[in-house]
Amino acid sequence: MFGKLTLSAIPYDNPITMTAVAGAVFMAFVILGLITYYRKWTYLYNEWLTTLDHKRIGMMYVILALVMLLRGFADAILMRSQQAIAAGGSLGFLSPDHFNQIFSAHGSIMIIFMAMPFMVGLMNIVVPQQLGARDVAFPFMNSLSLWLTTAAALLVMVSLGYGEFSKAGWSGYAPLTEQQYSPGVGVDYWIWAFQIAGVSSTMTGINFLVTILKMRAPGMNPMRLPLFVWTTFFTMLLVVWAFPVLTVDLALLTLDRYLGMHFFTNTLGGNMMMYVNLFWTWGHPEVYIVILPAFGIFSEVVATFSGKRLFGYKSMVYATSVITILSFSVWLHHFFTMGASPNVNIFFGIATMLIAVPTGVKIFNWLFTMYRGRIKLATPMYWTLAFIVTFAVGGSAGVMMSIPPADYVLHNSLFLIAHFHNVLIPGSLFGFFAGFYYWFPKAIGFRLNEDWGKRAFWCWLIGFYLAFIPLYVLGFMGMPRRMAHYANPAWHPYLLVAALGAAVILLGIVFQGIQLLVSIKERHALRDPTGDPWGGRTLEWLTSSPPAIYNFPKIPVVDELDAFMDMKERGVAYLRPDQYDDIEMPKTSPHGFIIGALAFMFGFAMIWHVWWLAILAALGTLFTVIIRSMDDDIHYIIPAAEVERIENERYRQLGSIA
Amino acid sequence: MRTTNASTTGIAHNEEIEHPNTVSIQIFGFWIYLMSDLIMFATLFATFVVLSNAYAGGPTGKELFDLPYLLGETLLLLFSSVAYGLVMLAVHDGQKKLVLIGLVVTLLLGLGFVSMEINEFRGMIAGGHGPDRSAFLSSFFTLVGTHGIHVAFGLIWMAVVIWQVAIKGLTSPVQSRLMRLSMFWHFLDIIWIGIFSIVYLMGVV
Repeated sequence: MFGKLTLSAIPYDNPITMTAVAGAVFMAFVILGLITYYRKWTYLYNEWLTTLDHKRIGMMYVILALVMLLRGFADAILMRSQQAIAAGGSLGFLSPDHFNQIFSAHGSIMIIFMAMPFMVGLMNIVVPQQLGARDVAFPFMNSLSLWLTTAAALLVMVSLGYGEFSKAGWSGYAPLTEQQYSPGVGVDYWIWAFQIAGVSSTMTGINFLVTILKMRAPGMNPMRLPLFVWTTFFTMLLVVWAFPVLTVDLALLTLDRYLGMHFFTNTLGGNMMMYVNLFWTWGHPEVYIVILPAFGIFSEVVATFSGKRLFGYKSMVYATSVITILSFSVWLHHFFTMGASPNVNIFFGIATMLIAVPTGVKIFNWLFTMYRGRIKLATPMYWTLAFIVTFAVGGSAGVMMSIPPADYVLHNSLFLIAHFHNVLIPGSLFGFFAGFYYWFPKAIGFRLNEDWGKRAFWCWLIGFYLAFIPLYVLGFMGMPRRMAHYANPAWHPYLLVAALGAAVILLGIVFQGIQLLVSIKERHALRDPTGDPWGGRTLEWLTSSPPAIYNFPKIPVVDELDAFMDMKERGVAYLRPDQYDDIEMPKTSPHGFIIGALAFMFGFAMIWHVWWLAILAALGTLFTVIIRSMDDDIHYIIPAAEVERIENERYRQLGSIA
Repeated sequence: MRTTNASTTGIAHNEEIEHPNTVSIQIFGFWIYLMSDLIMFATLFATFVVLSNAYAGGPTGKELFDLPYLLGETLLLLFSSVAYGLVMLAVHDGQKKLVLIGLVVTLLLGLGFVSMEINEFRGMIAGGHGPDRSAFLSSFFTLVGTHGIHVAFGLIWMAVVIWQVAIKGLTSPVQSRLMRLSMFWHFLDIIWIGIFSIVYLMGVV
């Protein structure tokens, strides 16, 4: 009846986990209590849980990403302090079992539940506005994607307090993840969280591809698209190409585990390298999926804060397309040591080195954009500058590792850990932070406090170098990754420095929290009444901050690259139209949220082998989809008079500053 | 698209822009979904090819596959596609009754295909040649079964659409669904041709 469910699956005996669980449950009750106290349930349901508005969906994605960033960072702090303590004879405070779960959760969360939602959130807020559109192509599917990702993230969080998480790393290599070697529920939590989030990502990919191809404002030719839209386009192309491979790979592993099949087992013909190949066929493009949008953000930020058009716009577009294609031809560099022939390794080594060429093009374009520009050093620009320098270092380390003989030495060592953090943190996270600070006033209506932002920035940057440069050294000294404790005392000092680095980053996160609180307190002083706080160049700055639900009262017409700058220069940006028309917008819908809840139930039931509940949840999902498909009246009309009222208010605000 | 007036005021006056063509957007989105599905099948085909000799002492394709039976199965699916093609012609002419008849015929042919496939699988499993016997059989059951599950979902979808045609008539949203289901159905046909050639024909050679 209850499958593998048992009360003893709660880790009572682990004080660290139990404290974290108690803290999370307490926080949840506080939030639920506050919502009840302020009678916000109806508001929450009508305006957020059921919304199909791309801006609100985007904000919820970003909130999810920030919460998961805290969780993933807590894991990082635990690993750094464990390795700072567990030298020589000491075993530290984490058992190897627990340590393995922590590094697996850290990687899984940071990639799938931090970087991905952060990226999709920013895209949701910005891309339709940059296109001059009122929403994405499929607003309902957008809400569905959000709630599926949330359900998957919730599964990872539940694994903390009930059962265990995978101990096999974020990449879950078979046959370690097979039933024989990992009989617990940890791998199943990992599988179902990834699987549900992956389906959500595929849908997001389809949605944004269609949005970009079909929903552009008139005159928005491909070579007039803002660069963030271009990178979103290529990213989503990668998503639609790569995620189905992950879906299949995980499904095959699931069949091995649940039905005793033999895809990746040691016995009866299984081929474990098939798992690794398929995993990285998705996994390497995935790296570019989280980095390319950040490249787009940097391009927007650099152009805006240099007061210049982006240098080499077309070469930027072509470089992005080359990276997109090359990203599918390098997956084997993740396992040069597999034992493929030297010729195979050489092919993938050279393909990997080639990626440095378009990336170099981008770096030079950003530098030349700044050259002779009127640079304004606001917070987004700080993150961009730090990215350019830091990413160049990490990228060079990557070129080193692309040489197969060098990789044989560095493989599986901390050098690798240093390298990929050195590209992913500046290349992805710094970019999303830059985008967060850049577009925050657009989404919320006020800017964030610059002083605290810069303090947080310096902590992050200094902390980053302290935490990861020692890992390069440790890699050369031969320290393998994923060690719960170690006997070599020579490694200890470097790990102490790395732990110090993590502490400095923690300070940066605290400062970011303070920044948010201070900015909310000072929101009237920081308000953005114009909708264009930075002297922006692209169409999202044409709308008010925060934008009206329909974004644009009239769809703009584009004549130039940097359409909004062009309108400002011609003096037509703020002209009022003669009259307003009715606007058709999608109605709210609870079905996305319901399917998300059912997907969580389905995942949980599959993990714990509660078959009847899994069948019930699957049937419920099918039923909900059918109900939704029966409804053909999915739009409502905002009357022209209402549009005029909203726009009058907007022009009153604009007038009061002029 | 751009009028002289629009370029001076920066605002569009074209009504088309305000109401982008929903049906064409839905169909285009569905195309992209089909391409992502194609990648799923490509991955399954690749896995099958890699594992196609991993018999682990178990039976080979030659011993298991019954080609005349499979020809029957194939013909059911292909004729269901023909029937669906006729449905789309009837949709074009606005002949609701013909659409319904055609859909029911398609549904029955599809049901026949799924039943024959289930029967084939049941026979193999009963004979001790289930998917847990060898890597070859794991990949065989998964590739062919994934196609079968797609067909089954197509049948559920078809039942819903039959119901919608019956109560709503051939409205624009219903026509859009008929069109997308048509794409899905023909897509599954193409996949089946791949399965028939690579799995079955090459399996018995």
